[in-house]
Amino acid sequence: MSAVARPVRHFVPPATLAGRLWHLRYTLARRTLQFGLLLAFFGTAHWGWTVAGRPLLAGTLSASKLAGVVPFADPFAVLQMLVARHWLATEVLVGAALTLGAYVLVSGRSFCSWVCPMNVVTESAEWLRARLGGRADLLRMRAEVRYAVLALALLLSALTGLAAFEWVSPQAMVWRELIFGAGLGLTAAVGVFAFDFAIVRHGWCGHVCPLGAFWALAGRAGQVKVRYDAASCTRCGDCVKVCPEPQVLNFNQAEARGMVASGECIACGRCIVVCPEDSLGFDLRARCRPAPSLQGEPR
Amino acid sequence: MSSAPSTRRREWLLRAAQGAAVAACGGLVWNAFLVRSVHAAPWAPRPPGATEDFAAICIKCGLCVPACPYGTLSLATVDAGPAPGTPYFDPRRVPCYMCPGIPCAKACPTGALDAALPRIEDARMGLAVIDPESCLSWQGLRCEVCHRVCPVRDQAISIQPHPRQISRHAVFVPVVHADACTGCGLCTQACPTQVASINIVDPASVRGRMGEHYRLGWKDVAPAEGAPGADATPSAPMAPTPPRSGSPAPAAPPAAPAKVPGLDYLNAPP
Repeated sequence: MSAVARPVRHFVPPATLAGRLWHLRYTLARRTLQFGLLLAFFGTAHWGWTVAGRPLLAGTLSASKLAGVVPFADPFAVLQMLVARHWLATEVLVGAALTLGAYVLVSGRSFCSWVCPMNVVTESAEWLRARLGGRADLLRMRAEVRYAVLALALLLSALTGLAAFEWVSPQAMVWRELIFGAGLGLTAAVGVFAFDFAIVRHGWCGHVCPLGAFWALAGRAGQVKVRYDAASCTRCGDCVKVCPEPQVLNFNQAEARGMVASGECIACGRCIVVCPEDSLGFDLRARCRPAPSLQGEPR
Repeated sequence: MSSAPSTRRREWLLRAAQGAAVAACGGLVWNAFLVRSVHAAPWAPRPPGATEDFAAICIKCGLCVPACPYGTLSLATVDAGPAPGTPYFDPRRVPCYMCPGIPCAKACPTGALDAALPRIEDARMGLAVIDPESCLSWQGLRCEVCHRVCPVRDQAISIQPHPRQISRHAVFVPVVHADACTGCGLCTQACPTQVASINIVDPASVRGRMGEHYRLGWKDVAPAEGAPGADATPSAPMAPTPPRSGSPAPAAPPAAPAKVPGLDYLNAPP
């Protein structure tokens, strides 16, 4: 291929503060959105934040209402309830359709890295794990387990008549407890942190969570993708080392498609900022072109 | 090195069986957790308009909580209230003040709270039950606070005289009528005893049902269709003997037995 002859450079952490901040640009943007959303929910519930005289953002990520008008709802929760044979009011169906449409249009699992607060927990676990010299997983697990959990959630919903995952979802518990200050505190967050830190690397978000699996399937057609430029890539592998879903960074596939095509990519941008050759970047699907050497070849 | 197809098939079958076994174990534990956290959760009063399948249809978003202007509702946690994440209220802390507009039910996006509940008086959040052993009125004090705070006074709670042994005095006791009690809990909150003597409970835990085979003859004189004697003309009910008076009774208006007083006419109110 084109890049084989070039010397392989590796990512060097920036030395200056400005460089460090630039390096963290996507992480900072994601944290801002995650905590901003939580703050909007919390402020609406506790301090009566309004916009144009209406509650700013009421509810939780399970179902919410923006400015007292626009409903949103977790389409996976709604799907489980429908599978459990409960017909629901129009508002939550509209909300779920709006949410689904938005993520399908952008990128399904962008929810996981840009909105879901559990992402903060699992990335903290990953950070601490790396600091302490990350040892081997206690348990080996395939990343596809989440699809089995997804199927099981739907099966149990149908059998019990209860939205199965919604009663055990640690992220839903964390959202509720952060916004409504309810009881047992952050037990679920501590559990997920321990699981990711000590048992399986990227364990919860990368292997188990059926909501992530749902978004991976539902958001396949997302229009925002990580563009891949095969010509400049030296295949140093730095991106794979930082990626929480390393199976999505398949160089041969990426070269053929000109992008990271898998729906399992969470669009966190960590690969983009470590790439020493700038071979990766967010782009629209339509603007991602396969490598010139592969154009015209059957895929 | 490739193994024989039959060996590979066997290996595949074994792996599939292992996967199914893990999924089955996980599913059983998950199912047990679901049943415990939903069906075996303690009862607590729900917001007005809660449907029968409330816990299953509630998406646990909490939109009803800030919709309540009185801060009545909370979301249950693992250690407090009913199924975790669903809304409930503790009437001794903050009861339901029965807003006529029912804003909490209107806020529910899934229909777990029925926004079409016509009147707040139709809500059945629970049922007030009195403990006569600690109720002040039952001890003979004129408390009756629950009766006075009841938003559907005289329908849900009435005060009834109750003879006190052979004394000429009566006690006046509050009596709850289940057909009108909304379970709002204003009585529970207002009850002056140290621990409330009137509490909101799950109606299903206290209400009985007589069944169709009992006939209260003194209440319904005409026998039920098809019951023994149904075809017989009901005999004229015994009427109290008119008081004797000097003059013969003037031509009494044609005795249309306007309303059958029933067999228990002696105890019926005049």
